Amino acid sequence: MGTAPIALQYGFFYFFAGLAILCAILMVCGRNVVHSAIFLIGSLLATAGIYLQLTAEFLFIVQVILYVGGIMVLFVFVIMLVNLDVASRQRQFNKQVWLAVLLTIVLGGELGLMTHVDGSIFNSVNAPQALPANTNEVATALFQTYMLPFEIASIMLLVAMVGAVLMAKRRGA
Amino acid sequence: MPYLLPVFYGIVIVLVLPLLAGYIVLLERKVMADMQARLGPMRVGPHGLLQPIADALKLLIKEGIIPAQADRWIFLAAPLVSVTMALLAYAALPFGPVFQIADLDIGLLFILAISSLGVYGIVLGGWASNSHFSLLGAMRSAAQLVSYETAAGLALVSALLLGGSLSMKSLVEAQDQAGAWFIFFAPCGFFIYLVASIAETNRAPFDLPEAESELVAGYMTEYSGFRWSLYFLAEYANMIVVAGIATTLFLGGWLRPLASFHGHILGTPIEILDIFPVIVFLGIGGYCFWRAPRQPVQIQKLVMVLFGGLFLVLAMVMFGSLFVPAAMPGIHGAFWFIAKVLVYLYAFLWFRFTFPRYRFDQLMKLGWQFLIPLALTNVLGVGVAQVLRQQLGWNAFAAFGLTLLATMGVAAWLITLGDRRDRLAAAAPAGGD
Amino acid sequence: MTDTHIERVPGVSSTVLGADEIILNMGPQHPSTHGVLRVKLKLDGERVVESECIIGYLHRGVEKIAEHRSYQQFAPYVDRMDYVAAVSNGLGYCEAVEKLLGAEAPIRARVVRTILTELQRIASHLVWLGTHALDIGALTPVFYCFREREEILKIFEKYCGARLTTHAFRIGGLQYETYDGFEEEVKRFCVDFEHKIDEYSTLLTENRIWVGRTKGVGILSAEDAIALGVSGPVLRASGVAWDIRKAMPYAAYDLYKFEIPTAPSGDTYDRYIVRMEEMRQSRLICLQAIENIPAGPIMARIGKVLKPPPGEVYHSIEAPKGELGYYIVSDGSTQPYRVRVRPPSFINLQAFDRMARGSLVADVVAIIGTIDIVLGEVDR
Repeated sequence: MGTAPIALQYGFFYFFAGLAILCAILMVCGRNVVHSAIFLIGSLLATAGIYLQLTAEFLFIVQVILYVGGIMVLFVFVIMLVNLDVASRQRQFNKQVWLAVLLTIVLGGELGLMTHVDGSIFNSVNAPQALPANTNEVATALFQTYMLPFEIASIMLLVAMVGAVLMAKRRGA
Repeated sequence: MPYLLPVFYGIVIVLVLPLLAGYIVLLERKVMADMQARLGPMRVGPHGLLQPIADALKLLIKEGIIPAQADRWIFLAAPLVSVTMALLAYAALPFGPVFQIADLDIGLLFILAISSLGVYGIVLGGWASNSHFSLLGAMRSAAQLVSYETAAGLALVSALLLGGSLSMKSLVEAQDQAGAWFIFFAPCGFFIYLVASIAETNRAPFDLPEAESELVAGYMTEYSGFRWSLYFLAEYANMIVVAGIATTLFLGGWLRPLASFHGHILGTPIEILDIFPVIVFLGIGGYCFWRAPRQPVQIQKLVMVLFGGLFLVLAMVMFGSLFVPAAMPGIHGAFWFIAKVLVYLYAFLWFRFTFPRYRFDQLMKLGWQFLIPLALTNVLGVGVAQVLRQQLGWNAFAAFGLTLLATMGVAAWLITLGDRRDRLAAAAPAGGD
Repeated sequence: MTDTHIERVPGVSSTVLGADEIILNMGPQHPSTHGVLRVKLKLDGERVVESECIIGYLHRGVEKIAEHRSYQQFAPYVDRMDYVAAVSNGLGYCEAVEKLLGAEAPIRARVVRTILTELQRIASHLVWLGTHALDIGALTPVFYCFREREEILKIFEKYCGARLTTHAFRIGGLQYETYDGFEEEVKRFCVDFEHKIDEYSTLLTENRIWVGRTKGVGILSAEDAIALGVSGPVLRASGVAWDIRKAMPYAAYDLYKFEIPTAPSGDTYDRYIVRMEEMRQSRLICLQAIENIPAGPIMARIGKVLKPPPGEVYHSIEAPKGELGYYIVSDGSTQPYRVRVRPPSFINLQAFDRMARGSLVADVVAIIGTIDIVLGEVDR
């Protein structure tokens, strides 16, 4: 987005950022679990949009494929298959709301103080106008620079998958 | 303004696609009828050519029923999600060297991401129907989609290894440079993608969620009228998308067959093989004119003449563009792309009317226990073949032929393994599942 | 539209899936029950634990009507029971009454009856094949099967004026002579038909998906089959070589050479193989019979008013679906005292529970199709 007019850049950013915050708030405040899941999806997609604005296209697409297309699908499956009648009749809001409000005021006050004292910490660092070809960079990092951690992570995930399947089978049988 | 053309293409896609999907449905009905020794739609328009318009009008004016206890917002939103995802995938699909909305660097990943988002349309539709068995059907459909997405993605990776980039445009250009379509280098990958894409679009023989003679209702059951037609549109748009992906990656995209054969007609700058589109359209137009007098009703004669005229105009466009080198690659490229997509879709239709339906557990077994191991082997094989070719200087035939043999051997072994497992399961008394 | 609903097991939440047994009702209106059959399935997850067939939606009181009609007047009613194979019904009834009268139809009538009945067997099996394949998802064989069946129905129409409820035979023989060109048309059909069966076979027999959907599905052992009184192709596919045409020949079957196909395992695939082979054998019988239809009278001398002596008779034939039996009690008057029909579909349907237990829900449709039932016969 480096060469687009500045107004368009700001517009897109505020759109995505606002959408992300709105969806997050709606997700937390909603009563219906499925609605909350959908708002979480919205929030994740908006975050992906912000990645795209920063010309990190690989990160954008991986966020969509893995987070929204994988993890959230899992969430939604579980929500829909689990007995919801009991959960939906429970009170969704707990009794510690006043403590939460107090903590929010304290946090807000701290942020305000920080901005007042030295607002420059919130200035954006000069992001590059356009990143080099994302996929190649990520691939180089994964398979050349950080090959060993990558392989270890892969094996860990494989072990976790096999273990989960085994545990599910044993429980079912 | 750099955004004008993509926006224009986008608008064209959104307007044209419902009509195109409708005509693909008509094509399916005619092909189905042909395979079943009958004629198909013949009344609405000559040879049923106006049938999609009649169907669209009917669906638009039908009453939309919302189940009483359904979650209203999700019920309304679910088909929209499906259609949006189906249409969004066209953003990265290259219909020709010129007709592409956006040549993303990650074009292929973009389309895969959109396909994986399409699952939500199904799951939410099943959930919102407030019916126990709609939900079950939707879950099954979603599980099927997710399982075959893995196999499809792996099959595409084998083409990526040959192409070297995720951008759809550069994949076609890589096939141009390699001199042959990638299907000749990685036929197993094409075959795996063919099967996986049939499962991805819920087509027979993997259409258990949609079948009416099965017990478990599908996610579309509670939808009627316009909302149902949105799901239907999404399904056929998806079919065209997967056909487009297969064409771009394996069948050479917009390249003419034998693209490197540049034999020219005597004395002219026209290549012999480029006359082919002109001949095709002339042939179809001529056929339309020949059949026009034999139509039973006056209005059908008129419509037949109109269609004949349309094809003649297309033939003239094809011919004229031969002399305009700036426009030729675009227009002829679009022709070849669409022709290949239609061939791929014909295979879809052919399978639907030939094969019975898989049962759900057999479907999942096929996806997980046959296709994914085979796809992994295929990726490995193509990678090895690339190394042999590029670093050790082997002949392309030898390297890829070796890979093909190895992959087919693995496939045969997997099939025997599966059969043996099925036989053992049938012999043993059926315990708890 | 599929009519499915769940009876909520009391005390259990409705959104719990698969944890408890649920009862699934495959309603009387369903594309795959081949008529108005209601099946109640008790499911444990995906498996069928118990099943119950609720019939009677097509009960028309045919047997009661018989008590108030004369023997000839009742003959058209029997066509309406197994309406897919009306000619066989007529054959069974006419032969039963002839047995009661102590008469026998002349040889020419018996041979023509055999030809028409075998053609009807092919037609019935074609309907079975088309609809069974359609249920399992193969959309094309049904059209090919009905195309062939059309030829047979044309022959029937030329012979007796009706395609479906033919009333082709009369008590004592035939009413109509065979029309000009009967032999040629039947022969032409039989000669063409061999290629057509090969066509169906190419589509289905070696097809991995078909085999996967039908092998090992709905197994019925030979002991169970005999104990439940199952007959016809279902029995033969379980390995029992019992065919009334060979065991107790009627009409003109003892004149012709044909085989009785059997199969070892008694699953859906074997029943498919048995019926395909039966179609081939029927074709052979027709070809043999057509070569030489004896000349002679077509009607026995039994008089116009039929008053069989008091007594009872049970006569059964090998209908396409199994053993079709007629138990007729006569009290000496012109109307029977009691006509009891032993419908093959009714008895075979009782094996459904045995076949369906332990199978998956998706297989229930295949099992219903493979028994080959006609509700007109089940309910009468």
